[in-house]
Parts: sequence; structure tokens; C-alpha cells
Amino acid sequence: MKILVCITHVPDTTSKIAFTNNNTSFDKTGVQYIIGPYDDYALARAVELKEQSGGSITVLNVGEAETEPTLRKALAIGADEAIRINAFPSDSFFVANQIAAVAKDGNYDLILMGRESIDFNGGQVHGMVGELLGIPSLSPVMTLDIEGTTAKMAREIEGGKESLEAELPLVLGCQEPIAEWKIPNMRGIMTARTKPLNVIEPTDNTTRVATNSFELPPAKGAIRMVDADNVEELVQLLKNEAKVI
Amino acid sequence: MSILVFIENAEGAAKNSSLEAVSYASAMSNGAEVIAIVFGSIENQALEVIGKAGAAKVLHVDDSKLNMGVIQAYSSAIAQAFEKENANTLVLAQSSIGDPVAASVSIKVGASMATNVTELPDTTDGFKVKRSIYTGKAFAIVDLSSDKKIIGIKKNAAVIKEDGSAPTIEKYEPNLEDKDFGVKILSQNKATGDVLLPEADIVVSGGRGLKGPENWGMIEDLAKSLGAATGCSKPVSDMDWRPHHEHVGQTGIKVAPSLYIAVGISGAIQHLAGVNSSKVIVVINKDPEAPFFKAADYGIVGDAFDVVPKLTKAINAANN
Ligand SMILES: Cc1cc2nc3c(=O)[nH]c(=O)nc-3n(C[C@H](O)[C@H](O)[C@H](O)COP(=O)(O)OP(=O)(O)OC[C@H]3O[C@@H](n4cnc5c(N)ncnc54)[C@H](O)[C@@H]3O)c2cc1C
Ligand SMILES: Nc1ncnc2c1ncn2[C@@H]1O[C@H](COP(=O)(O)O)[C@@H](O)[C@H]1O
Repeated sequence: MKILVCITHVPDTTSKIAFTNNNTSFDKTGVQYIIGPYDDYALARAVELKEQSGGSITVLNVGEAETEPTLRKALAIGADEAIRINAFPSDSFFVANQIAAVAKDGNYDLILMGRESIDFNGGQVHGMVGELLGIPSLSPVMTLDIEGTTAKMAREIEGGKESLEAELPLVLGCQEPIAEWKIPNMRGIMTARTKPLNVIEPTDNTTRVATNSFELPPAKGAIRMVDADNVEELVQLLKNEAKVI
Repeated sequence: MSILVFIENAEGAAKNSSLEAVSYASAMSNGAEVIAIVFGSIENQALEVIGKAGAAKVLHVDDSKLNMGVIQAYSSAIAQAFEKENANTLVLAQSSIGDPVAASVSIKVGASMATNVTELPDTTDGFKVKRSIYTGKAFAIVDLSSDKKIIGIKKNAAVIKEDGSAPTIEKYEPNLEDKDFGVKILSQNKATGDVLLPEADIVVSGGRGLKGPENWGMIEDLAKSLGAATGCSKPVSDMDWRPHHEHVGQTGIKVAPSLYIAVGISGAIQHLAGVNSSKVIVVINKDPEAPFFKAADYGIVGDAFDVVPKLTKAINAANN
């Protein structure tokens, strides 16, 4: 089985979000970067599937040179080779086009992504890639098993889940509990250094959405504490002051 | 010109979030006709409600094969409706159906798309929308430059109108192919009767401070007194105390209720990422130093096992 895993290079979930250049660029000062948490689930499941039935895993990121440590980490976790498409990921359509171009030549059985990136929160790229390739895409996928050329999956829906079946090839947006995050071991880190990381240039530069500026949400007001022995006061406040019940 | 709105059919009625999408479309329409499209069996009266929310016309694809979320088929039908109705915009509410439909239609019709949109567009210079990014920690103002546009709205981006007139109802038979049914839905398994978490107006969530699944009765009682949905922190669903679809946060459901009550949850940044769009937050925690208090509007320092039953009682008393 040939698996392509698409990963984002995103600020650690504890990062403080701030902007510079008159609120037109993200402030990277002091920010640690990680593999997107959902992409990390996708990668972990890919590694498990390879352990079960062999094959190969390619990880791909559309990003500038700074994302290479993140790709190396994915190699350390268990991918066999990495591809970096050398461009700033300016919008989802641009990213989807680059991924689809790689996928067209690659003959992958499975293209695994995260359900969403945690910086852009689009939840769009997998659906776009599926449509560009003319194959089904599904998200958010919670379990994935392969039997022959059929994928059996559970997908989260509001208030529950559905079980699904579809023929490979497929594009899937993954989320827990599809697999547990894997931490690279020493051997993985050593071998990752010599695994191939190919840099290719974008094929098509079309974008459809331009980001103009950023804003931070308004700061929260002060908290009002209520005594544990006086819960009636809280009920009154919620009714008469906040007017939410 | 017209604006299409995709309506999600929840067992014979339009979902509330879809009605928000209709009212959003109506508010931005500027004279364009708002046309809703709905799939599967639905009550006539439910079609009227779509008109009240602001649609002039409803395209009804009355085919029971389309009752359950057949995403590929919905996308094909909507792409055809773009052409048929000379539409330039699609508005829909974000969900496990809406998101994939939006992505696929955007490629089929060549549209600029923004999801997570929180406000009406600003068309004074270009076509700008505000969308939530970094999991609720910031916003981006983006410009949709293509002629065709798709807008996926977050909960509360619009208030549902109720004063629209009766819509024209048109049976619509799009051309669907076998490949639109390539994904087989074997079964669906949903909590029924409960308030759904992503749509809930009040949410009561419990964390590891509740010690075990056997103690969720008091969370459910409090939720019931408020007509609320129940949620939980990630460790709680990881340990299977609660189902995964209740897990709130960075890697779970993002909620936007008017009231969020957190019981025995420390307030880790990844949990806050899922609740920061709530209007009012109440925190109940025995540790006065719990970080959640910094993000809350009201707080009680106390033992959940003591405070929660008292609070339920006080709410029930105030309701009567
Ligand atoms: C990449 C990543 C993604 C994550 N995504 C999420 C996510 O989506 N959602 C999420 O929730 N977490 C997420 N986490 C985990 C998060 O960091 C925290 O570990 C988690 O939220 C803690 O859950 P908790 O508050 O229930 O438990 P704890 O942190 O253990 O807190 C329990 C709280 O209960 C209080 N307490 C104990 N007993 C009582 C009592 N009797 N009465 C009242 N209060 C009591 C304690 O004072 C404490 O504050 C993520 C972590 C990472 C690294
Ligand atoms: N720049 C990128 N490079 C590689 N994969 C990406 C990139 N952006 C998004 N993806 C993939 O698409 C998924 C959904 O992203 P999004 O549509 O931005 O929420 C992510 O979880 C990744 O798997």
C-alpha cells in the first residue's frame, strides 16, 4: 500500500497568538512549531497500516524551508520519504492544487490528512483534493481499516458517528481515536537524517482567497466570584445580569 | 443573480444552523434571490420555515435515497443548481456535511471559499469576510476574489429571521450518477432526543475533576435543568468516561453557546480553544488557582459534588 500523508507545520497548541507588520503577518517570536495534531493522527495511523501490511509512506508539506524540521520529525516517526513543495501556503486552493499534482503522479492508495489545520482551520484541503482527483474524500474519520481494496471507516457526525465503506483510492481527513500520537525514538531520529527529503517547485500559482489582515478577539472582562454557599446568587446573575438563562 | 443556501435535513426539518445560513444569505442579498436547496423527505411545514428565514424559493430534491448525508450527491446537485439558477454564491452552515459539500462544490464551480465565517461580508471594497483562525484565538479578514463565492458560516453569524413570506417550492431533479453514491453509509449511530452539542445554546461540561463516569448523573441533571447539551474534556473521552462526540476543545468540538458551564476542568489552553466563542463562561472548580478562572465570567470555588446538585436545585426552583 502506498500512502501519502499531508502535514502542516503549525504553532504549538500553547502558543500565544500575536501579529506584526500592522496586523498583516503572524508573529513567530518565541513560537515552537509542531506537526498539526490532526495530521499527527493521520501519520500515526499510516505507520500502523504499514506495520500491518507493508508499503511505503510519503509525507508532504507545502511550505517554505523553515518547515523542514517538521518534515524530518515525520520521517523520524516512520515515514519513508518527504516532499516539500517550496511555496508559502497562501490559500487552501493553492495547497490543494499542489497536493493533487503530486498525487496524480504518485499512484497512492490512500491520501491521509488531518481533519483541519490548527492555524487556518479551513477543513477544506482534503475535500478539494478529492474533487481535483475525482476520488471520494471523507472527514473527520475516527477509525480506518483496510480489507483488500475496501476501506471501512467510522466518521464523526453531530451527536454520534456513522460507519462507511468505500473503495480505494481515497482522501481522508483524520481525527482521534484513529490512532495514538507516536513519539519518535532514537533510532527513528537517526535514520530520519538520511531519508530523502525532496524539494519541488509549485506547478500552478493560482490562488482564490487573499488574506488582508488579522485581528485579536476583545479581551475578557473581570471575573465575578460567587460563594459556594450562595448558588442562588449565580442563578440570579445568569438570569438578570448576563441574561443567558 | 441568486444566492444558494444548502439546507441540512435533520429527520424532516431544516437544521437551525441551516436557517441561520438562510438568514445570513438574506441579509447579504442586496436584491439577489435567495434560493434554498434541500434533499430527501421533509415536511411541507418545514419548507415554509425556510421561507420565513428568508428564502424566496426552495429547490426540493425529493428522493429518499438522499435522506442520509450523501455528500458527493449533494455536491453534484448543488453545482448543477449554480448553473440552473445563475447563482454566484453558496452559503451554508458548517458541519460534518456542510464542510465537505463546500469543499467539493468550490472545485466543481471554481469558487473562492471561506469557512468559519463569523460576520456578514463587507463589500465596500472587494468582497471581504471575517473568519475565525488559530482555533478561535484570532480572526483573519480575507478577500474572495473569484466571481463565484462559497461562505461557510460559524454558529451565531446571523440571527434567524421569522418574518419572511411563503417560498415558491420547486421539485428539482438533478442529474446524479453512480459515482455520486460511491461511498456506502452502512449505519448511523446518534444520540437521539438530546440537545446536540455543536448547536446547543447552553453547554454543561465535566472534566477529570469528576473522578469517574459514574458521577455524570449530576452533570446530566444540571444540563437537563437548563435544556443544555453535555460536553467533556479530552482526558474524559480518552478514558471512555464519555463518548468522543462530547469532547470539547482544540482537537474536539468547538462550541459557541451563550452559556458554557465547566465543572472540574482545569482550563488548559487546548480546552479553552474549543470554548472561547462562548458568550458567558461559568467555572466551578475546587482549586482557586485553576487557569480556567482567568477565562471565565463567573466562578465558584468549591467541590463539584457539593456545588452542582445545589445549583441544579436552585435553577429548578427559579424555573418554577
Ligand atoms: C495537542 C493537544 C491537544 C489537546 N486537545 C484538547 C482538547 O481538545 N480538549 C481538552 O479538553 N483537552 C485537550 N488537550 C489536553 C489538555 O492539555 C488538558 O490535559 C486537559 O484539558 C485536561 O483535562 P481536565 O481539565 O479534565 O483535567 P485536569 O487538568 O486534571 O483538571 C481537573 C480539574 O478538576 C478540578 N477538580 C478536581 N476535583 C474537583 C472537585 N471535586 N470539584 C471541583 N473541581 C475539582 C481540579 O482542580 C482541576 O482543575 C490537548 C492537549 C494537547 C497536547
Ligand atoms: N500547507 C500544507 N501542506 C501540506 N498539507 C496541508 C497543508 N495545509 C493543509 N494541509 C492538509 O490539509 C488538512 C486540512 O487543512 P485545512 O483545510 O487548512 O484545515 C490538514 O490537516 C493537512 O493534512
